[in-house]
Amino acid sequence: MPMTFFIDTTRCTACRGCQVACKEWHDFGSNQTRQRGTHQNPPDLNPLNYKLVRFAEYKEKGRVVWYFLPEQCRHCEAPPCKEAADSHVEGAIIRDEATGAVIFTEKTQKLTPAQMKDVITNCPYNIPRLDKVKGILTKCDMCIDRVRKNMLPMCVKTCCTGAMNFGERSKMLDLAKQRLSELKKKYPNAQLQDPEDVNVIYLLTDDPKKYYQAVNG
Amino acid sequence: MTNHWIDIKNADVVFIMGSNAAENHPISFKWVLKAKDAGATVIHVDPKFSRTSARSDIHVPLRSGTDIPFLGGMVKYILDKELYQKEYVLQYTNAAFIVGEGYDFKDGLFSGYNAEKKAYDQKKWAFAVDEKGLPKRDITLKDPRCVFQLLKKHYDRYTLDTVSDITGVSKDDLLKVYQIYGATGAPDKSAVVMYALGWTQHTVGVQNIRLSAIIQLLLGNIGVAGGGIDALRGEPNVQGSTDHAILWHILPGYLPVPRADWPTLEDYQKANTPKTSDPKSVNWWGNRPKYMVSLLKGWMGDAGTKENDFGYDWLPKVDPGVDYASMFLIDRMYKGQVRGGFIYAHNPAQSFPHSNKVRKGLEKLDWLAVGEIHHTETSDFWRGPGVNPKDIKTEVFLLPACQRGEKDGTISNSGRWHMWHHKGIEPMGESKSMGWMVVEVFKRIRDLYKKDKGVFPEPILNMDWPEVYDPDLQAKRINGCYTRDVTIKDKTYKKGDQVVSFPSLMDDGSTSSLNWLYCGCYGPSGNFAKRRDLKQAPMQAKIGLFPSFAWAWPVNRRILYNRASVDPNGKPYAPDKAVIVWEDGKWVGDVPDGPAPPMALPEGKYPFIMQAEGHGALYGPGRVDGPFPEHYEPAETPVTSHPFSKQMHNPCMKVMVSDLDVLAKPGDSRFPIVLTTYTLTEHWCGGGDTRNTPALLEAEPQLYVEMSHELAKEKGIKNGDPVVIENLRGKVEAIAMVTVRLTPFKVQGKTVHLAGMPFCFGWTTPGVGDATNRLTSSVADPNVTIPEYKACLVNIRKADKVTELSL
Repeated sequence: MPMTFFIDTTRCTACRGCQVACKEWHDFGSNQTRQRGTHQNPPDLNPLNYKLVRFAEYKEKGRVVWYFLPEQCRHCEAPPCKEAADSHVEGAIIRDEATGAVIFTEKTQKLTPAQMKDVITNCPYNIPRLDKVKGILTKCDMCIDRVRKNMLPMCVKTCCTGAMNFGERSKMLDLAKQRLSELKKKYPNAQLQDPEDVNVIYLLTDDPKKYYQAVNG
Repeated sequence: MTNHWIDIKNADVVFIMGSNAAENHPISFKWVLKAKDAGATVIHVDPKFSRTSARSDIHVPLRSGTDIPFLGGMVKYILDKELYQKEYVLQYTNAAFIVGEGYDFKDGLFSGYNAEKKAYDQKKWAFAVDEKGLPKRDITLKDPRCVFQLLKKHYDRYTLDTVSDITGVSKDDLLKVYQIYGATGAPDKSAVVMYALGWTQHTVGVQNIRLSAIIQLLLGNIGVAGGGIDALRGEPNVQGSTDHAILWHILPGYLPVPRADWPTLEDYQKANTPKTSDPKSVNWWGNRPKYMVSLLKGWMGDAGTKENDFGYDWLPKVDPGVDYASMFLIDRMYKGQVRGGFIYAHNPAQSFPHSNKVRKGLEKLDWLAVGEIHHTETSDFWRGPGVNPKDIKTEVFLLPACQRGEKDGTISNSGRWHMWHHKGIEPMGESKSMGWMVVEVFKRIRDLYKKDKGVFPEPILNMDWPEVYDPDLQAKRINGCYTRDVTIKDKTYKKGDQVVSFPSLMDDGSTSSLNWLYCGCYGPSGNFAKRRDLKQAPMQAKIGLFPSFAWAWPVNRRILYNRASVDPNGKPYAPDKAVIVWEDGKWVGDVPDGPAPPMALPEGKYPFIMQAEGHGALYGPGRVDGPFPEHYEPAETPVTSHPFSKQMHNPCMKVMVSDLDVLAKPGDSRFPIVLTTYTLTEHWCGGGDTRNTPALLEAEPQLYVEMSHELAKEKGIKNGDPVVIENLRGKVEAIAMVTVRLTPFKVQGKTVHLAGMPFCFGWTTPGVGDATNRLTSSVADPNVTIPEYKACLVNIRKADKVTELSL
């Protein structure tokens, strides 16, 4: 039984504890960022940020809505990135059987630039990023070192509101469906994003596209 | 907080005003969301739509500095619609008390005002008393001089029209909030107020909170589960540092600081020990002499004896009427009246208002010692922007401090839980805990006194000072012990035995305690700050009360004034979330406010034990600027009049006088925009610590100013543009954050824009911007001298060039 994240965005306060904890656990340094007129920083996922909270704001019928999306790899059931990589370099991307974690290995270094592009564009969620320093592809690794020791992934461990949940797939699916039915009354557009295909299930209250907002800079 | 974090989940309505709880107290939202799960409505009233608003059911924007009209309108609504909890108001508040003839209120001024002194004669506001000296009462609440009728009259002016007109909140929004909140006046419903610096940092700061207390008392929301007034305290130990007297006007445990006109201990005790002849009033502060003497014994040890007033004479005394708050300290520094001093864990050159003045003030010092983890704008003021180190005479010492994870100690959270934290790693390099610094500095000063003598050496030489800094010993001394063998009834306590709890403290020198409020945290059974036991009785489990997890002051009581959660016979108003209940002749549940039976029984007591009269104060004659909160505009305001009176500003507000202390006139067309300032999740306060934490600086890298699309359009500013924000006191560069989360206000028929800025970015971190507080002013609330950080006037323009920000 794979392990699954359930991310309830209606409980997310965008405190970014997950974003920071992820960096800290992986011992990643920081990017030189600048203020561009948004709280979303760094602007995008990158080799030093496997997790990024996206901010998107709208005024609809005189009411402000502000969406937060703590984004990360979805650890797909049938990962298209792996499919792409397998045809080029065996073992560059693997799926850990015990946890279902989709892992990018050091062998991604052996992919040619065109093959890397192939992997990146094959991801329906635009997650993989090229680490130009190490010449490898990177993304969330489910904190597999922690999970193998029965510890929660760092982002889940840090979350103080219950937005981030982690456990066996069936349990997380149940929780996701239960929360969805509770929230449907208040948010008619509430939905689970691709629950059958992924092991990181987002509960959103609106069209998934609206959680991504381009900002200048 | 009167309540505690977990208890928020018990609320039917969560009312967040003057706080951005989700951003500045992230953990609070664990419990706010649990309340929401259980069906609570979450309301956020704040100038800006923030991450808190995003998770609330309702967000209502209001113009900064108009909280009193908003809340005053709510008082009127509650009274007009008779939504108040009638029994609670009659029995537990001072609603029925008759106010003496001296009290009056006319056109924004209460009786007894002295314009020259900018102060009231508070004696004018006293209650009318009977022959026993007790307040006269009218239990029909009909007497025109009773508190209830005066309250009604006072807030009758706060109509939907006047309130909407001055706050910029639509009448629909006002009504929506008033209806939802007012409904919690039902005896079995409760609502919690969560506030923070958005209420306190105004020239009417104390009265903002007073007014919320009036509302909570009217609705019977104090003392109950899911109720209370929850002050969200800053970085975990703001509560603890306040309890242990970080502020100048108090000694540990909220004992007033000695004054020059109380030369003897007897004078002090007489002036600070309230009396009542009402047998039903506990009048807890009647015990103050015991706490003061035990504190003196804790400080002076064997040197403090009955004969020498336990060393009272050795304490410094303040001059009555003189304000020693930080804003005045800086003013005196700026005027050359301060030669040197220590600043620990504090960054005034960045986080105090009017930073330009603060920075100039520091230059006047001969010497300065700073205890800090990082270099800050304060420790390094001598090499700041526009400063030539060669011109600075000040000798600066930087004492490197270690971080919390590098030392043992305690913190007290907002819910008054006193909790031990353990050292994780050894301090880096030569860094030391600040406790170590204080202990060692004192010892060296004492050695100098011993060697060189000096004037008035007694306070230094007689102090019972530890030889080494030991957090465990300090925790024990805070609790206190017996100073000699004592036999009480048939039990003997040995010299050195820990005192069980503060009812055992004495005024004869037989006990010591460095803070009576904490007496009980480290009794004979050990250090309760270390307890992590989750066991609870079923009644406690229902409301999330964990009596064996850590320890809460006072006496492990988790919900203050909990005797008000039951009717006069001891029956809970809300049986499904009862806090205490009188069963078979005893109290069950939380630790009650004293063991006495319910109020209606012969030996019963009133619930508000800290008030001499035992009743919750709808009418509060103890505040220097009036017994009822009244609206006054901020010191800098975009309007030239307001609908409630001709008194524009708080008549008692504190205003600094110097060449640098300049204020814009009301409605000054040069500075039409209201600026409010704040912190954000990613940076702590002035940012000295968090700007040096790369992952946090990455997430929030530079100073920004949030503004509406409407204001940006007016000024030709695009999102992400560098801009200049300026007023009479300073000029600050920031990046424009143009957002739908700020909305222009319609105030008195005109558009008023509001902009918001964080204050955490300073020049010691290159390219991030510099102090927003160069714009804020040195004006303050008259009760506690908290500065008005939340409202001032500015103008904004697109920057031609920038020097403070890396682009």
